[in-house]
Amino acid sequence: MADTMHAGDGQTRRDFIYLAGAAMGGVGAAAALWPFIHSLNPAADTLALATIEVDLAPIQPGQAIKAMWRGKPVFIRNRTQEEIDTARAVPTAELIDPQPDQARVKEGKDNWLVLVGVCTHLGCIPLGTSSGESKGDFGGWFCPCHGSHYDTSGRIRKGPAPLNLPVPEYAFLTDTRVKIG
Amino acid sequence: MAHAPQSNFENPVVNWIDQRLPIFTMMNKEYGSFPTPRNFNYFWNFGALAMFVLVTMIVSGIFLAMHYTNNTAMAFDSVERIMRDVNWGWMIRYIHANGASMFFIVVYIHIFRGIYYGSYKAPRELIWIFGVIILLLMMGTAFMGYVLPWGQMSFWGATVITNLFSAIPVVGESIVTLLWGGFSVDNPTLNRFFALHYLLPFVLLAVVVLHVAALHIAGSNNPLGIEPKGPQDTLPFHPYYTTKDIFGLTIFLIFFASFVFFAPNMLGHPDNYIPADPLVTPAHIVPEWYFLPFYAILRSITFSIGLPFTDVVLIDAKLGGVLAMFGSIAILFVLPWLDNSPVRSARFRPIFRWWVLLCLVPSFFMLGYAGGKPAEQPYVLIGQLGTVMYFAFFLLLPIIGRIEKPLPLPASIANPVLGGNAATAK
Repeated sequence: MADTMHAGDGQTRRDFIYLAGAAMGGVGAAAALWPFIHSLNPAADTLALATIEVDLAPIQPGQAIKAMWRGKPVFIRNRTQEEIDTARAVPTAELIDPQPDQARVKEGKDNWLVLVGVCTHLGCIPLGTSSGESKGDFGGWFCPCHGSHYDTSGRIRKGPAPLNLPVPEYAFLTDTRVKIG
Repeated sequence: MAHAPQSNFENPVVNWIDQRLPIFTMMNKEYGSFPTPRNFNYFWNFGALAMFVLVTMIVSGIFLAMHYTNNTAMAFDSVERIMRDVNWGWMIRYIHANGASMFFIVVYIHIFRGIYYGSYKAPRELIWIFGVIILLLMMGTAFMGYVLPWGQMSFWGATVITNLFSAIPVVGESIVTLLWGGFSVDNPTLNRFFALHYLLPFVLLAVVVLHVAALHIAGSNNPLGIEPKGPQDTLPFHPYYTTKDIFGLTIFLIFFASFVFFAPNMLGHPDNYIPADPLVTPAHIVPEWYFLPFYAILRSITFSIGLPFTDVVLIDAKLGGVLAMFGSIAILFVLPWLDNSPVRSARFRPIFRWWVLLCLVPSFFMLGYAGGKPAEQPYVLIGQLGTVMYFAFFLLLPIIGRIEKPLPLPASIANPVLGGNAATAK
C-alpha cells in the first residue's frame, strides 16, 4: 500500500481515517454488544417479584418462619425477651463482625428479627428456624455445611463464615405486616 | 512436526504462537495477501454478508435460547416474555426473526450471482455442491426455528411440512409418526425441533468452512469468468476487499436495521401471534416468504401421473408435488453438469444471459407470488407456469450450451479485448 499524501511527516490522512474508522467500529461493536449482555440481567418480570409482603400475626414469641424472597429464604423470628437480652448482653468487641443488636432490628419492634437466611460462608441455609432444628451454640442458627454458629441476633459467633446474616431492606406496613425488599 | 514454520511477526507473542500453530500466517495468506480478481462487482459481497448473518443468527439465537422454554405449555408465553420483560429481548428476537429473512435474501442473491457468472463450473463444482448443502441446512433450520414460538403458523406449518413425508409410498405414515414422536405435532416434536434447531447451525457452519476452504483452493470466480493470469489481474484481499466488504456490510446493516427497528413484523405473519391450537387451522396458511417459491411448486402438481389411456396411477398428485419440490433443490446439485458451456460468465453468453434473466428469475418471482396466494385460479396457473419455467431453465441448459455461440473472451482480466476496460466489457 503506497501512501500518496503527506508521506513526509509520518502522519497521513490514511492513518487518521484508519484510526477514526477503527474507533467508530469499536464504539459500534460495543454498543451492539451491550443489549446482549444486558439481556442476561434480571428481566422485568423477575424484578417485579422482588418485593414480598408477610403477615406476622401467626408467629408466636419464640417461633420463626421462612419466607421466599428473590429465590432465597428470609428468616423472620419473633424473639422472646430472654433472646433479646442475650443478644444485647454480648460486648460488641467480642464479635467477629461487630454490630449491636439494636442496629439489626427496627426501633420499637425489637422482638422481630428479619434476616436473609443464607450462610455468609458459602451459601447454605442455616438450621434453627423450624422447631427441633439445631440452633447452634448461641441459640440462633447453625449452618450444617461447615459449622458456622449464629446467635439470636443472627450474628456470626463461631465457624468459618465471615459476616453476620444480612438484614434485608424491609418496612412495617402495619404492626403485623412487613414488606421485604 | 516435519518442519518448523518461519514466522516474522513484529509482535513477539504473535510470533511465539505462530511458530507453534501458524494461524496468523494462514490468516495473512488467506485474508491478507490472498490474490483476488481485481474486477469484482458488488455481487461478490454477498458471501461475506451471508457469513455475517450466520454469525448474527448464532449469537442472537444462543441468547434467545437462554430465555426460551421448550415446552408446548410454556413456549408461546416464554417468547412473549422475551418480547416484554427480558432486557432488549424484543430487539434480540427481531434480529433473529428478521435475520432469517436477511439470510435468505443474501443467499438467494449469492446463488443468483453464482448462476449468472457461472461460478459453479470447473474447478468450482464442489464449492457449489457445498453451497447447495448449506441451502438445504438453512431451510431445515429456518423451518424448525419457525416452529419454536408455538403460534398458529408454527403449529400448522410444522403439521403441513412434516406431512410432506406421508407422500412417500408404503413407509410414509410411519416416517411421519417417527418425525412427530407421537400421533400429531406435539411436545415431543417441539423438543426435537429445538434440539435440532440448535444443532444444525453449527453443522451449517462446518459446511461453510468446507465451502470457503474449497473456494480458497480454486480462488474466486469473477464477473468476466476467466481465470487470473498473473499478478496484474489480482489484488490482495486486504485492504481492497476487506474495505469493499465492510462498505457493503454497512449498506446491508442499514437495510437489516430498518426491518428490525421500523418494520419488524413485515416479513412475518400475524397469525403466529395466536397461540397454537390443534383444533383450528388458520384460514390462509402460508409458509414464510423465503419458502413460497418451493411451496408454489409443491402446489402446482394438481394432477396424477399415470399410464396413458389406463387408470393406473404411477405418481399421485400428493407425491408428485413433494417430488417436484425436493427436485427443485436437487436439480441444483447437477447444475455444473447440465450446463456444458465452457464459458462461465453470462456476459459472453448471449442466449444463456437472457435465459437466466427472462426464464429463471421471473419463474422464481412468479412462484413466490403464487405461493403466497390461495390455492385457486389464476394463482395455480401462474404457479404451474412458474414451475415449468423453473425446471425448463435447468433442463434445457445442455441444448443452450450446444447451440449458443459465445462472444469472444478477453485475453485477461487486466486487458480485455473489448473496449480496453474489463469493468465495462459486455
